[in-house]
Amino acid sequence: MLYRETGQFKTSYANDMVIFPIRQDRIGVYLLLGFAFIVLPLMMAFHVAPFRTDYFLLAILLPFLILSLAAIGVNILVGYCGQISLGSGAFMAIGAYMAYKFGTGISEIGLPPMPIVIAILLGGLSAAFFGVLFGLPSLRIKGLYLAVATLAAQFFFDWVFLRVKWFTNYAPSGSVSAPELKFFGYLIATPVEKYMVALSFLTLFALVAKNLVRGNIGRQWMAIRDMDIAAELMGIRPLVAKLSAFAVSSFIIGIAGALWAFLRLGTWEPLAFDINRSLELLFMVIIGGLGSILGSFLGAAFILMLPIFLTVLPAELGVPITTETVSHLQNVIFGAMICFILIKEPLGFARLWQIGKEKLRMWPFPY
Amino acid sequence: MQELGSFLEVLISGLLAGVLYSLVALGFVLIFKASGVFNFAQGAMVLLAGLALVRSLDFLAHHGFPGWLAIVLGFVFAGLVMALCAFFVQRYVLGPLINQNALTMFMATIGATFVIEGVAQFAFGSEVYPLRLFPTDAWIAGEGLFPGGILINKLDVWGGVIAGLLVIALAMFFQYTKTGRALRAVADDHAAAQSVGIPIDWIWFVVWLVAGLVALVAAAIWGTKLGVQFSITFLALKALPVLIIGGFTSVPGAIIGGLIVGAGEKLAEVYLGPFIGGGIEYWFAYVLALAVLMVRPQGLYGEKIIERI
Repeated sequence: MLYRETGQFKTSYANDMVIFPIRQDRIGVYLLLGFAFIVLPLMMAFHVAPFRTDYFLLAILLPFLILSLAAIGVNILVGYCGQISLGSGAFMAIGAYMAYKFGTGISEIGLPPMPIVIAILLGGLSAAFFGVLFGLPSLRIKGLYLAVATLAAQFFFDWVFLRVKWFTNYAPSGSVSAPELKFFGYLIATPVEKYMVALSFLTLFALVAKNLVRGNIGRQWMAIRDMDIAAELMGIRPLVAKLSAFAVSSFIIGIAGALWAFLRLGTWEPLAFDINRSLELLFMVIIGGLGSILGSFLGAAFILMLPIFLTVLPAELGVPITTETVSHLQNVIFGAMICFILIKEPLGFARLWQIGKEKLRMWPFPY
Repeated sequence: MQELGSFLEVLISGLLAGVLYSLVALGFVLIFKASGVFNFAQGAMVLLAGLALVRSLDFLAHHGFPGWLAIVLGFVFAGLVMALCAFFVQRYVLGPLINQNALTMFMATIGATFVIEGVAQFAFGSEVYPLRLFPTDAWIAGEGLFPGGILINKLDVWGGVIAGLLVIALAMFFQYTKTGRALRAVADDHAAAQSVGIPIDWIWFVVWLVAGLVALVAAAIWGTKLGVQFSITFLALKALPVLIIGGFTSVPGAIIGGLIVGAGEKLAEVYLGPFIGGGIEYWFAYVLALAVLMVRPQGLYGEKIIERI
């Protein structure tokens, strides 16, 4: 009854091109943004219900924001351009370590420490560069062969960041700590401030990504995904389309990696970006919905919440089982849930959302 | 002569280690050929088979069964566990996903990996269990030719012999049995095979079972080498470059790929390692695979990919 576009006329081309063509959607998004930017920080500042301790914020909200950003990056490559990548963790690592290098200055070439925003962006650009480099095989191979080929990036960079001491500024322990987080002269220290930074980055890049995928380049990506030979015959250059997808995707993933390292971890080792991270991101994208920005958010929320839920639940119910058993059971349930969702809704949560919206338009009448 | 001797030693140990990679890769190839599913769970299956084998052996030895009977019963038990695993995967994971795209199937096998790992460790324990089925001492050959001779691990030789026998047995199975012929038909074209009355569900179960038994053999050898433990699942990741080099669809390719990866890895570690830092074993195989893909996108022995619009 409420969700119906009857009577909403588009009277200009600009109207026709808006991201959310239905007024109710627009209102909903503004409400959501208002809630995230104003209401939540206020709740955190005054320590209202879920924010009594920093746990909810630091263990759930902050990772959700950053991993959503990474999932958007992966979705551009896998969901929109159809190039399966198992190397996302490596590109997160490149973003993190290069942002660290730029943030602390590179003395070999006399580069002073950069402001942190520029360091993060440069970290993203470095990830984009290596993304293009490791995307080159995609011009020759495709599908699962490519997926295995991208594993090369994953293992190679795992090794590089472990063994090449230059990246860790010759730290004897091999782990590095984020430089002082000064954004435009303002020192970021409390969880609420970190949340705001992550949220700003996410909002900005989600908007950029949404506009890219519905523009010219996004349509090229989708044409390549649907059938690359046909796309080529239609005049789309596979080289440009595939490599641009790799570049944009790696850039966003790199930024997410830098944020993950600086805001979430603080101090980190290469292990934080291993193959499990790559698989996790791929799960988010597939469970959320391939080729959907909204799906990236839903998938990130689900994959992040499921293990937490599975840990908390037995403790809450008071079931007396050992931690080892819990971790095995967690594995079993996690795997089973993944299979279940893939079988029940192979197109992901985004598809469920779409079906729900269709139903809402009809509601309360069945026709 | 000294140089040549040590080179040969590294080469032979690499080749023999490569045979063991091939064993894991073989399981991948069988499933991919028959159902087009890229089975990430192969490493977990090796773990499950190994744990079932070693735990049942311990149990039987503990209850005073004679050695040879314990080994036979242990293998039978582990084989049954693999059959059960094949049945569940086929019935509840891949069966409902028929006709989905390859990526979805691939992710479903990752989901299955979590389940199999969890169940295996839940049922059989999660410590390191030593397995003693083959001799593990070394063997010195060619003492007359090279100073000091060449050191060869007996276990690696056993592994090589068993892998060879296994490949011959599989080739015979595919070539001469009715089920084998049906398997090849399904691999060629699902719909056509179904239309001439081949029960596809049954065939897929058989393929998963055979892959499970190959995993059992791999587990017996790797378990003797390293002890049965969780890290055995990482073998799956070692086997992926082998697959790429050999081609996803070729049984001989898996063997040749394994040999190339095993030898290349060891030689690179010994001769390149000192220059660019140790531990390059970790990624060398992948970079090698990438190089092969650039020249032959379908791998050395894979079927040529023909595309139509």
